[in-house]
Amino acid sequence: MNRAGIRAERRAGWLFSAPALLAIALFFVLPTIASLVLSLTDFDIYALADIRNLRFVGLANYGELLGDPLFRTALGNTLWFVVLGVPLVVTVSLAAAILVNERTVAWRPVWRVAFFAPYVATLVATAVVWKYLLHTRYGLVNYALGGLGLPPVDWLGDPRWAIPAITLFVAWKSFGYAMLIFLAALQTVPRELDEAARIDGAGWWARLRHVTLPAIVPATGLVAILTIIAMFQLFAEPYVMTEGGPAQSTITVLYLMFEEGFQWWNLGTGAAVAVVLFVCILAAALLPALAMRLWRARRT
Amino acid sequence: MIARRAMTALAALFAAITLAPLLWMVSVSLMQPGDAGQFPPPLIPADPTLANYRELFAAQGMGAFLVNSLLISTLATVLALLFTLPAGYAFAKLRFPGRIATVQTLLALLLIPGQIGMLPLFLELKAIGLVNSYAGVLVPWLAGIVGIFLVRQYALSIPDELLEAARIDGASEWDVFRHVVLPILRPAIATLALFVFLGSWNDFMWPLIVLSDHDLYTLPVALASLGRERAQDIELMMAGSVVTTVPVLLLFLALQRQFIGGLLAGSVKG
Repeated sequence: MNRAGIRAERRAGWLFSAPALLAIALFFVLPTIASLVLSLTDFDIYALADIRNLRFVGLANYGELLGDPLFRTALGNTLWFVVLGVPLVVTVSLAAAILVNERTVAWRPVWRVAFFAPYVATLVATAVVWKYLLHTRYGLVNYALGGLGLPPVDWLGDPRWAIPAITLFVAWKSFGYAMLIFLAALQTVPRELDEAARIDGAGWWARLRHVTLPAIVPATGLVAILTIIAMFQLFAEPYVMTEGGPAQSTITVLYLMFEEGFQWWNLGTGAAVAVVLFVCILAAALLPALAMRLWRARRT
Repeated sequence: MIARRAMTALAALFAAITLAPLLWMVSVSLMQPGDAGQFPPPLIPADPTLANYRELFAAQGMGAFLVNSLLISTLATVLALLFTLPAGYAFAKLRFPGRIATVQTLLALLLIPGQIGMLPLFLELKAIGLVNSYAGVLVPWLAGIVGIFLVRQYALSIPDELLEAARIDGASEWDVFRHVVLPILRPAIATLALFVFLGSWNDFMWPLIVLSDHDLYTLPVALASLGRERAQDIELMMAGSVVTTVPVLLLFLALQRQFIGGLLAGSVKG
């Protein structure tokens, strides 16, 4: 190519990417860095009115957070969401993926769409629906439990049950996406391998255990990580279903950031919460990959 | 044959449980006010009515929220395409200094959730004067890194010879993009448009933060606010949920091949 052509291509490269890069710098990178800075200040409603009231306080916001029982509750709640949610989402989405991938099942595209529908539905609308499904007296969930001879549960009114109830909703809402990840992994299992095992007399369960499951271990890891990250980002669910209650039993880290920042205008504290959230999500995303690498290195 | 029937029945049962909340939502939205609050909970409206929808649109201003949501999602889609398509193509196919470093930086940025910068972004938009406006809601959709990678992934498969041939024929870089690249990118454009439209329609936290004027509310924000005032009116709330989520569910049903195909392709390659 001639020199003018190379120059034109260079110029086009920058011109084509400049608008997007500018928007990312202004509306994503800058606010993210500003969050770090903001978390070191006492930015509050007075500073909002007059910036001269702003003071640098170092790590004081983080120190305060560590001593704040509400922050510890929020972290503990989020961990509880993770502990309950990861196995639930993995199990349900894997079961759905196996069903949809099983050649003996008829109308598989129909089921695939059905399983995926909750994922595309509007979060707030479905949270409203589930709030009533989980109603102690008139809800379908307790009605179904009653049919099994179980006593009604005060799902969203009892601090012990509110997190399991919301986890149930989150799993229903998101398992379709995890199912697709498993489905993509299942489709990499060679049909011949499965056939060979079948001819060798392996039953459905044996084939599942020895042919299918080994192929989906990485997908399981991915689904687990994505679910952990999603659990750290819960906000609309408690906002709509419980308003963080009862007795702050469903307040999440992101909910706390919202309240500190936009309810009480303690933007410095809110930013510190955001930074802690970021560290948690980064750890959830990177630590498993790191551990996997170390584990592989030791085995070889 | 029995195993086949059993597996299909299992899948059908699983699907029925999955869809039950959505079907129940539609059913209750058609019940007379107060009818859903009984024991045992009724599944089918005894005396179907559109009264709840009438109340929503006549008294609660649901029509305005619907228009807000439609406008914001459409604008978000158009803007996201305008910003993302040229960038995704440039990062895949145009040779310019700094490209590799930029792509790697963007890849690292994918790890940062958008919520981290929400407080400063609010202050920034407040300073520019975009708080409490459509523009304020739209801003995050201009900075969609995932979309850039979706387009880039697809554009990587365009053969270089095709672009070179157009250049030799005297086409400018813009012509190449407009007349050669964009037509090839059509499937990626459709997938991205669908993702952004659904994403901006369903978005809750950012519009909740940025919009303080009731008149500007999007459907999810309006529904959440209605839920705090009218929590006892199950039928009305279900009608509100139907209006909020049925448009995107229909869109998904109409384009589900595109949608699931796009997601599957992305997760296989990623």
